[in-house]
Amino acid sequence: MPLTKAGQFFSSGHTNNWAVLVCTSRFWFNYRHVANTLSVYRSVKRLGIPDSHIVLMLADDMACNYRNPKPATVFSHKNMELNVYGDDVEVDYRGYEVTVENFLRVLTGRLPPSTPRSKRLLSDDRSNILIYLTGHGGNGFLKFQDSEEISNMELADAFEQMWQKRRYNELLFIIDTCQGASMYERFYSPNLMALASSQVGEDSLSHQPDLAIGVHLMDKYTFYLLEFLEEVHPASQANMNDLFKVCPQSQCVSTPGHRTDLFQRDPGSVLITDFFGSVRKVEITKDTINLTSPVELPVQKSGRGDIQIESLTYVDQLPVSEIIHQA
Amino acid sequence: MAAHRYGLSLVFILIFSLLAHPSSCDTLEKANDNTGEKQSVSDAPQEVNTDGSAAVEDLNERQWQSTDVEVDRSDGTKDSETFTPAAAKDQFQEELVIRPLHSGDIYASFQFRTLWDIDFLQEGQKVSHYRLFPKSLGQVLSKFSVRELHISFTQGFWRTMQWGQPFIPSPPGAELWVWFHDTVSDVDGNWKELTNVLSGIFCASLNFIDLTNTVQPSASFKPLGLGNVTDHRFLRYATLPREIVCTENLTPWKKLLPCGSKAGLAVLMKSEKLFHSSFHSQAVHIRPVCQDEQCTSKAWELRQTLNVVFDLYTSGQGKKEWSLFKMFSRTLTEACPLATSSKIYVDITDNPEGELFELTPATPLLSQAVVLGDRRTYSVYDLTRAETFGQLRSLNLLLRWKGDSGDMLRPLLHAERYVAGFGLQTGEIHTVIYNNHPYRAFPVLLMDSVPWYLQLYIHTLTVTSKSRDNKPSE
Repeated sequence: MPLTKAGQFFSSGHTNNWAVLVCTSRFWFNYRHVANTLSVYRSVKRLGIPDSHIVLMLADDMACNYRNPKPATVFSHKNMELNVYGDDVEVDYRGYEVTVENFLRVLTGRLPPSTPRSKRLLSDDRSNILIYLTGHGGNGFLKFQDSEEISNMELADAFEQMWQKRRYNELLFIIDTCQGASMYERFYSPNLMALASSQVGEDSLSHQPDLAIGVHLMDKYTFYLLEFLEEVHPASQANMNDLFKVCPQSQCVSTPGHRTDLFQRDPGSVLITDFFGSVRKVEITKDTINLTSPVELPVQKSGRGDIQIESLTYVDQLPVSEIIHQA
Repeated sequence: MAAHRYGLSLVFILIFSLLAHPSSCDTLEKANDNTGEKQSVSDAPQEVNTDGSAAVEDLNERQWQSTDVEVDRSDGTKDSETFTPAAAKDQFQEELVIRPLHSGDIYASFQFRTLWDIDFLQEGQKVSHYRLFPKSLGQVLSKFSVRELHISFTQGFWRTMQWGQPFIPSPPGAELWVWFHDTVSDVDGNWKELTNVLSGIFCASLNFIDLTNTVQPSASFKPLGLGNVTDHRFLRYATLPREIVCTENLTPWKKLLPCGSKAGLAVLMKSEKLFHSSFHSQAVHIRPVCQDEQCTSKAWELRQTLNVVFDLYTSGQGKKEWSLFKMFSRTLTEACPLATSSKIYVDITDNPEGELFELTPATPLLSQAVVLGDRRTYSVYDLTRAETFGQLRSLNLLLRWKGDSGDMLRPLLHAERYVAGFGLQTGEIHTVIYNNHPYRAFPVLLMDSVPWYLQLYIHTLTVTSKSRDNKPSE
């Protein structure tokens, strides 16, 4: 029997959303990769995922780069229409911290104990995770920082580790690089859905240059993805089939591909906001609960068992005689 | 063995200005600190009796009234609805100092200061209620037993000869120095974990600080706060000169403020304007200070400072006319409601008759203070008073230059560094220190930290002053 609206509402099975957004390229002429990542970051934040649930990795700094004619901005549309950098961005891994090792450690959770929370992917078995990668890639690999690469087998194994450790409920993988479809060929874990901007043997192309900034601002696939996501709001019913139609070959020149065989639900029933947003499932109740005993504050001791009688002083900043005699 | 440091030669200016710094801080704040530091402490009735002397101090007139508290101990009935919060033991002050520079640029320095009468490191007292002091920093201080923490992120180079001395000097990139409490057994371990935690808080790559770029200065750094312990084993210093400062560092910095960036002076902090400047530096300084005049107990002071120099040509479009709107693309409409004092100071020392520049709106309040050894006069705008905002309910200071400013006073101490030669065999590093005082000599302490890959030959060190070689003493 067909699912009712309420039944459908509670059927997706996830309770929280995470996003891992990675830009792997360095150097000023790869401005568009940073702009790609920031556009997805902006959409994901707008649709409700908080900064604490987003791990943003940018391999180079474009906004405050000395070559940027407008500092603290990263634009996605020419004529500086839309600043995707914004005023409240939080980058978790930046510069030389974006390495293959750190990326895999974030995914699998095997980080050193002193890593702060904002740099960890603290997902559980009811988390839906969105992973977005962009940069320069080839057949079966993605280049990090111009010095190392991650292969599609490593990525598939990382996802399998995540599945074994129950670190995700469902995972959406989007990649915007040349020959991007090769990166999801080797996946073998369940509940994975993948999208790529181009097939094996094809290049993903960049969109528009801006003459004032002097570089290409975005890649074609992510540009149309951003346009599509700007139409999505937290209550929208757009589903994955609409996402597969983003950027057909007439617009993108390359052929975007997708893979859904490992995914258990029908893509037509998967909402965009299941991955890009953080729609909280709220059940409204009219019952009231009586709180019985009031909270008792702990007694505030004065804490000064033995009062220091001698007065404290500031230290002399440049005790010349002491320094001369010390050496 | 003196530790050598590479990268910034302004370190001894740090030392020198630190001499002047405590005084400048106190006098500036005395100018605006019209309320006393005394707070009313809530005591249970029992403690007043045993203590004898009144533990409750005078409650001075304040601009906001803290709620008086008596802990409700006698009333144990279940349906008592009164919930009395503890007395406020922290206060917050914000100020902005604007100094027009002779080259036509303008120097704006924000300072947000939170004072909290509590002792993190005291045994048996676990702090669980944070009001104005940010919880993330409070937990860091207690977990790692930190006595003092100074961290700064700077973009740009401070041009002493054109701009004078900065209020708080900072090297380009990131700088972190920490004094640990003397109860810490493993200082290096605490240091490593502290840098990782701070890298998460400030969205910076501070985790690249490790033992290869940390130094333990043995003579130059002294605690800026209270305390008798100056054992240098508990001091760690590191810089990351290549660290970039951008909006992602400003965002968590703004989140530490009690009013965030929603009210008070922090609404002026728009990253598109702040980073389009010649110099930008944001810092967090935490240290213990005296709670009152007698200085028998400690309070924690958190100072968040942001110094920015706007360039005449890039931000000013070449016109020697500055306003709050031109600098920050915002005007002020209110003070932060949680602040006891919220003021703007404009430096008018060089403009006693108004012949150099014109400042509108006019204000009757004036303040004088000794800053970095100089007596300066300031026009004060008090944001806690409604009449400051005028009829339009918004304050936009306008500073229009009228005449040519001429030359500014040469700063007393100044340093330069340059590289000569090339390669490891013939390369040289020259550090030149200038003393522009007509007759006085000053002791100067130079700390240089050299990265491990740069091999300096100590026997080639020559110290030349007035064209005569000096022989370093043993």
